[in-house]
Formats: sequence, C-alpha cells, structure tokens
Amino acid sequence: MPSGFMQFADKYLMWKEGPMIWGSDVAILLVSIGIVFALTYFHKWKWLWREWITTVDHKKIGIMYLICALLMLFRGGADAELLRTQLAIPNNHFLSAEHYDQIFTTHGTIMILFMAMPFIFALFNIVVPLQIGARDVAFPYLNAISFWLFFFAAMLFNLSFVFGGSPDASWVSYPPLSELGFDPGPGENYYLLALQITGIGSIATGINFLATIFKMRAPGMKLMHMPLFTWSTVAACVVIIFAFPALAIAIALLTLDRIFGTHFFTILHGGNPMMFVNLFWVWGHPEVYIVVLPAFGVYSEVVATFARKRIFGYSSMVASLMLISVISYFVWAHHFFTMGAGADVNTFFAVASMLVGIPTGVKVFNWLFTMYRGRIRMTLPMLWTIAFVPCFAIGGATGIMLAAAPADYQYHNSYFLIAHFHQVLIGGVVFGMLAGMYYWWPKMFGFKLDERLGRWAFWFFNIGFYVCFMPQYALGFMGMQRRMYTYPADMGWNTLNLISTIGAYIMAIGFVFIVIQVLYSVKYGERDLTGDPWDGRTLEWSLPSPAPHYNFAVIPTVTSRDVWWELKEQGRTDELKPKAEDIKPIHMPKNSARPFLMGLAFFVAGFGFVFDLLWLGFLGLAGVVACLIARALEYNDDYHIPVHEVVETEATLGRLG
Amino acid sequence: MKTGHSPRRAKSLTFLSAALLVLFATGCGRQYMVLDPAGPVGREELHLIVMSAILVGIVIIPVLILLFYIVWRYRDKPGNTAPYTPKWSESKGLEVVWWGIPIVIVGVLGAFTAKTTFALTKPPAESADVTPITIQVTSLDWKWLFQYPGQGIATANYAAIPTGVPIQFELTSDAPMNSFWVPQLGGQEYTMPGMAMRLWLEADKAGTYYGHGANFTGAGFAHMDFNVIATSDSNFQAWVKQVKASSPALTKAGYAQLKQPSVIGTKSYSSFPPGLFNGTIWADGGQYMPNMMSQTGSPLKAGLNTNSMGVGSGDSMSGMSNMTNMSAMSSTGTSSSQK
Repeated sequence: MPSGFMQFADKYLMWKEGPMIWGSDVAILLVSIGIVFALTYFHKWKWLWREWITTVDHKKIGIMYLICALLMLFRGGADAELLRTQLAIPNNHFLSAEHYDQIFTTHGTIMILFMAMPFIFALFNIVVPLQIGARDVAFPYLNAISFWLFFFAAMLFNLSFVFGGSPDASWVSYPPLSELGFDPGPGENYYLLALQITGIGSIATGINFLATIFKMRAPGMKLMHMPLFTWSTVAACVVIIFAFPALAIAIALLTLDRIFGTHFFTILHGGNPMMFVNLFWVWGHPEVYIVVLPAFGVYSEVVATFARKRIFGYSSMVASLMLISVISYFVWAHHFFTMGAGADVNTFFAVASMLVGIPTGVKVFNWLFTMYRGRIRMTLPMLWTIAFVPCFAIGGATGIMLAAAPADYQYHNSYFLIAHFHQVLIGGVVFGMLAGMYYWWPKMFGFKLDERLGRWAFWFFNIGFYVCFMPQYALGFMGMQRRMYTYPADMGWNTLNLISTIGAYIMAIGFVFIVIQVLYSVKYGERDLTGDPWDGRTLEWSLPSPAPHYNFAVIPTVTSRDVWWELKEQGRTDELKPKAEDIKPIHMPKNSARPFLMGLAFFVAGFGFVFDLLWLGFLGLAGVVACLIARALEYNDDYHIPVHEVVETEATLGRLG
Repeated sequence: MKTGHSPRRAKSLTFLSAALLVLFATGCGRQYMVLDPAGPVGREELHLIVMSAILVGIVIIPVLILLFYIVWRYRDKPGNTAPYTPKWSESKGLEVVWWGIPIVIVGVLGAFTAKTTFALTKPPAESADVTPITIQVTSLDWKWLFQYPGQGIATANYAAIPTGVPIQFELTSDAPMNSFWVPQLGGQEYTMPGMAMRLWLEADKAGTYYGHGANFTGAGFAHMDFNVIATSDSNFQAWVKQVKASSPALTKAGYAQLKQPSVIGTKSYSSFPPGLFNGTIWADGGQYMPNMMSQTGSPLKAGLNTNSMGVGSGDSMSGMSNMTNMSAMSSTGTSSSQK
C-alpha cells in the first residue's frame, strides 16, 4: 500500500520533483485550511453561499471576476519572476528546461485567458449596466454561468501545477509539438480543456453584453449618447463573438487528436498542423484587441473626467473602436509571415496590420486633445492613463515595425517581439485595467484606494517596466530567441538580461504595493459618501457607492452624452433622485445555485478528459446536461422587490426626491 | 584660465566622441547581429527596419513631446493661467490631420514592405549571374541536418557556404516545427513537417555566423544553435573534398538515430541516402511552397506539380498525382541544382 501510494505520489503529485512542488502543496493546503477555518469561525458559509456563490447580480459577479483577475495576476506574475530569475545569468540551473517550459506556458496562458479576460469582464459587469441605466445584464443567469465556467476552468488549469504536471508546449501550443507523440503528459490536456471551458463562458459573455447594450439602455440614450467605455464593450463583444468560436474549434480538434486518436493536426495520416496555426491566430490576434479595446474605453472615461473636459472627437473615437474591431480579423497571418505563405499573402497581411495603427493613432491624438485646454488632476487613474500613452506609443511603433513582413523575418520569435507585445499588453491592457480598477473601485466598494501607496505602486511598476523590457528590444537585435531556458555566456546577452531581471523584480515590488494598498484602504481608505468621488460625467456616478441591488429605483431618461455632468452643470441633479410615488415594484432575477453546479460539472468533465478517464468525463457532461434540463423546466426564476422595500432603501441612502 | 580650459575640453570632447564611436562600432558589431548584416538579404531587411523606425518616429516623437507639454501646461493647480475650454471637443481640421498623416505613412511603409517582400523571394539581385547552391535543411529534435544535393555531402549543426554565391536553403522538419535563423545573413523561415520551404541567403564576407532555431520545440530547444561558416569558393571546394574523403557516410539507420531526441555536437558526412530530404517531406504530407525550385532551372521543373500551401495532403487525389511526381523527384533529387 505505501508503495502504491508512492507511485501515485510520484506520477500525479510529482513529489520527486523537489521543494518547489512540496512548497506549493503545503501552501495550497494551508490556505485551504485557513479559508475553511475562517469561514467556519466567523459563521460565513451561509453568507458566502447566499451572497456570492448563488448570486446573479452583475455587480457581485464583477467583483468576483476582479478578485480572480488579481489572484491570477499574482500567479502569472510569480511565473514571470521565476522565468526572469532563471535568465538573470547565463548557464543558469535555477530551473530545468522542463520546468522553464512549463512556467512560460502557464505564464502566457494565465495572463491572457485567466488574468486579462476576467479583468475586462470585471469592468464590463461592474460598469456597463450602471452606465446605460439598466438594472442588470440581459441574461443574468447566463452571466453567472459565464463566471463559474471561467472560475472552474482557472481552477482546472492551476491544478495542473500540483497534480499531473503543467502544460509545456507554450501558450500557442502548436501541433505537432502539442500532439501526443511529442507531449504525452496530461499537462497539454489541462490546457485544452481549461481553455475550452472558459472559452464557452467568454462567448456567452460577449453575447450577453451585446444584448444588454443594444436592448437595455435607458430611454432616450441613443447609441451616440453612450459613454465610450460602453462603446468599447460593444467593440470587444463583437470581436469575442466572432473570434472565440475559432479557438473553440481549434482546441476541440486538437483535443480529439490527443484523446480519441484523430489526425487533424498530426504530422502523419494527412494531418495538417498549419491548419491549427491559422485557426489559433484567427482567434489569437483578435483576442489581443478584445482585451485592449476595453482598456481604450477606460482611458476615454478617465481622461474626460480628470481633464474636466468633454472627450475630444467622440465620433472619431467610436469609429476607430469599430474599425479596429473589423480590421482585427484581417491581420492574423502576421504571426507567421515566416511560414512561407508567399509574398502576396504576406504583403496583404503586412499592410492590414499597419492599418490598425491608423485608428489607434487617432485615439491617442484624441486623448491628448481631450487634455489640451483641460484641467488635469493627477489622481491614480489619471496617472496610469498618462503613463499608458508613451508606453503604448512606443509599443505601437514597434508593432508597425513588426508589421513590415521582411523586417519581421528578423524579429520573429526574438526578444524584440517579446518586448513589443509586453509593452502593448502591459502598457495597454494592464495599465488600463488598473486605471479602471482605481477609477471604479469606490463605486464597487464605497471607498477609495489610498493615493500615497498607489503612487509608490505606480512608480515602482512603471520604472520596473522600462528597466525590464527596454533591454529586450536590444536582445532581439542581438539574436536572442524567446523560450530558451538558458543561454551561453559568450553571446554578449549577459548584462542586458540581468538588467531585465532587475526590472522584473522592481515590477514585483510595485505589485506588492498594490496589495498593501488594497489591504490598507479596506480599513483606512477615504469613504465615498456622495457616490461621485471623482466629479464624474456618466450615469454610474449619479448612484450611491456601492449602488443598491437594483441599481436604479426609477430608470432615468437620458437626453445627452455625459448626462450626469450636464445635470450637474445645470443644477438639475435632483431630477435623478427617485420620488416615492414614481417607484414601482422592481422585477429582478432570483439567485440560483445552478450556474455554480454547472461550472462544477464542467470541472469534473474536464478533469476526467485530462486523465483519459472517459467515464468521469462523460459523467461530468451528464451533469451539465442535467443542469440545462433543470433550467429549461424552471418557471419560477424571478421576483419583484416590493415598493416599500425600495422606498426604504432609497430613504436610508438619503436619495428620495 | 579660459584658454587653459579650451583644449582640455576639446580633448575630452574628442575622447567622448571616440568613446561613443567605439561604443557604437562595437555596439553595432557582432553582438547586434541584426544591425550588422553580412550579406545582401540581411542588408535589405536592415534597410526596411531603419526605414520603418524613421517613419514611425515621425508620429511618435511629436506624440511624446505633445504629451509632456500638455500634461505640464494644463495640470490642475491653483493659479494656472492656461486656457480652459471644457466644452471644446470637435475640430474637423485637426482630425483630418491625424487621420491623414498615419494613412500617408502606412502607404509609404506599405509600398516599401511590398517591394522588399517580393524581392526576397528571389535570389539576391547582386549575384543574379552566379549559379546558386542548394542546401537542404532538416530540423530534428534537437539538431540541424544540412544536405548538399549538389556536392553529395551532409553536415549536422554547422554549414559551410562559399561567399558571394546565393544559397537556396530548402527547409523542412522531421520533428515539431522550428525556424531557421541566421541573423547576420538575413531573416528566418520556418521548417515545417511535411512541407518544403525556401529561403534565399547570401554571405558577402567570410566569417562564422551564429544561427539558431527560433521556434520552440521542447526540452532541448535552447541547444539548437549552429554556425554558418562562409569562406572563399576555393576554400569551400577544399572543404567539400575533405568531407568527402574523411567523413563517414550518413546511412538510413544513421538518420533514424539522428531523429531520436538528443543534443549532439557537429558532424560531417561524406554522403547521404538518395532522396532522403524529399522522402521526409513526402512521408509527412508532401506540400511544396508555390513555385518552389522552379526558378533555379532545376531539371525537376517539368515533373514537379507544385501544390500550394495549406491545401492537399497525402490522402487526396492531388496527393496521388504528387506521389508520381515524388518518385521522379526522389530519383533525381540529389542533382536538383547541378546545372
């Protein structure tokens, strides 16, 4: 029996791999025990179940997305620090090749799919219904399903680290490297199943928010009255709906190859790996626009608010968002200019890729001219927005350089490329998400995040960023390729790599400051009693912070852009305060445990297929089907909040007009 | 005092500029391989890199200056007298400017890109009258096999080439896809299982040029470096003779062993099994880049029915017709560029 256990421990728990695994096991165990203990000790189980796990409230779902995104930022960031530590000096043996390969794979996958995606979904959820004057999203139940699919997919993906082994074929997972013949372990299965599950949730979110924005705007709010964050959500959702199915197909076929022995992408038996590469990037490139478009939306809100000025060139801003989302489908082949597609194809995709720079450049100029002749307040959201401009400008410039196909023959897969995409993804997406988090934090929680600690975080993170990534452009020109776990000492790469690693550590300090800032502010942060801490312009700032469960006691009528700002200017803010006689019973969706259970069923199915336990896989899928059937037979899924309850809540908030 | 300072300042200035020059010279020397090309292909790509950097600079430098100016000038502090126009939010004129300028720049850069892209599919124009040499490259786990069909020899993890001669690298992989990159000679091209790709490179200076796989292929990937040694034509011929005389032959069994995942040093082979390269491509799918091998005047030109990328595979009817062509190729494959 003990020998049986040791075999299991070696094969699945990977205990022979040493202290890093043991440490993680202990940490996971302690944290789990701690959470269970705390929930029991403070009698919070019921609260957790009623208020969070079964909730269909967009605000709470948004907060859960945000917490997960920050946790995943920590995980992906820890991966990054390990990678940079390994590369600090040549011929390093801090990590083995196998471990390095696993860690860069999980770093990339987590940062894109389990950090950036939930971060944008967090903001969609928290902001969009409030900005358009809605009480929830169009399909609140589906919204909860999306979240739990993401949550359990992230769990499944992270489980690989301590159970069975992480994927190691990189986040793009090109076959044939990712086929069974070259990559037999369960790691790659984890990647495929986790992405499949979270991808289903993402498609549903795209549909949900598009429907919400098109169907549930407050009366009077025309499309061209919508705040730009809402517009950016439209653009991102359109891209999600068209791009994510391509990923779903690509990884479904690869899963069939690995689990059921088909030959879609194998080398032999007529498989074609090139097909996967195409499908992957048909999703993969639009994906980076999916995550950056909402960041553009955040910048637009933040710039206008903190320059105290109307956004410059609103129509151009809308047009450029939509143009980017359309052009994003015509650029995917620039990820493989070097795969011999031919000069004509390469030229087409090169020029298309450069075209993206035009609407993006227009946006930058419009942000600049929003600040021009404004009054710029240097709050945390504004600091991150201002830091975004030079970072993204340089990243965009190197992007255009990369788009010139023959030049790309020299950059492809080199550190020049690594520096470029980190610059646009961190400078564009992460800066934007942090700006958005700081900006809407009071709306979510009713207090501001501490300014002083936030500035420390800002400067550490920014300086660390340039120290980390600028040397990597030079390393690219020096011929250093990505995904090398080590390098010889005589290439002249040593100094720049060491500098880059130091930069990564400085960024980590910045992240630690954000953590301290959040913890400190929970207790000492400035409370927001007005609901409008930044002197905002859009509808969400007309509500108390945090907004009541039903958001708007009476749905407002909107007659212009920046409606809250206009009302403030004209001294008509009282018009948005509900009058007791106008309040009617509010129709709301009921909480449900089923989205959570369905996520759990998907998790079981995913876990089964990862380990080729088909019975368990199909059992999980049966659970999914059972949830679907139960939902189809459910008739009693809504309720009305009675008038007196709404009146009471509004009165307590001091808002009754 | 003043006159005493001047020469010293001049001296330190000379020193400074000399130091900068040294820094620049070494900085853009071998270490910065991409910026120090040793052949026409790398140079053409460097031109495009420089051109694109200048063009994007035209946009981003004003952006950076504008940003710092605007943020400083319009910051919210008591007593700031800069104008404040909270409702000013439209200007057709300005917007035409910043829609227009990027369009012009993309137009210019796009034109140069197109020109270079098409140019690089052909042998370098400088040596158009020189007969090219073909080297067939196979990436394996985790090593590079170079076959010289014209010379009848093969090497692993290094390749010798004559200077001033266009080299047609035919690329494939008998392992996960990799990318063949010799930065000082020029940009890379993927090696893909079941496909034949082509990359033209040329060295015009003798030297040893670092090369490396550029696409991740698993645990041994970091060790997939190789050197390309460019020498004069006579040295190259001497080297070929020496390899033929003193190295072992690469047998089918030897190739099967090479295919096993491992990291090895450099190897030389006096011969290789006929049709090995094309046989490998065919076994894995048999796709050829459009017009591949038709421009060097290869004797295969008539027989080879090229199959465009991404369509067709071993199971289809077109595959059958390729199969016929394939056998023709295998028999003559070893002499494909002896002309």
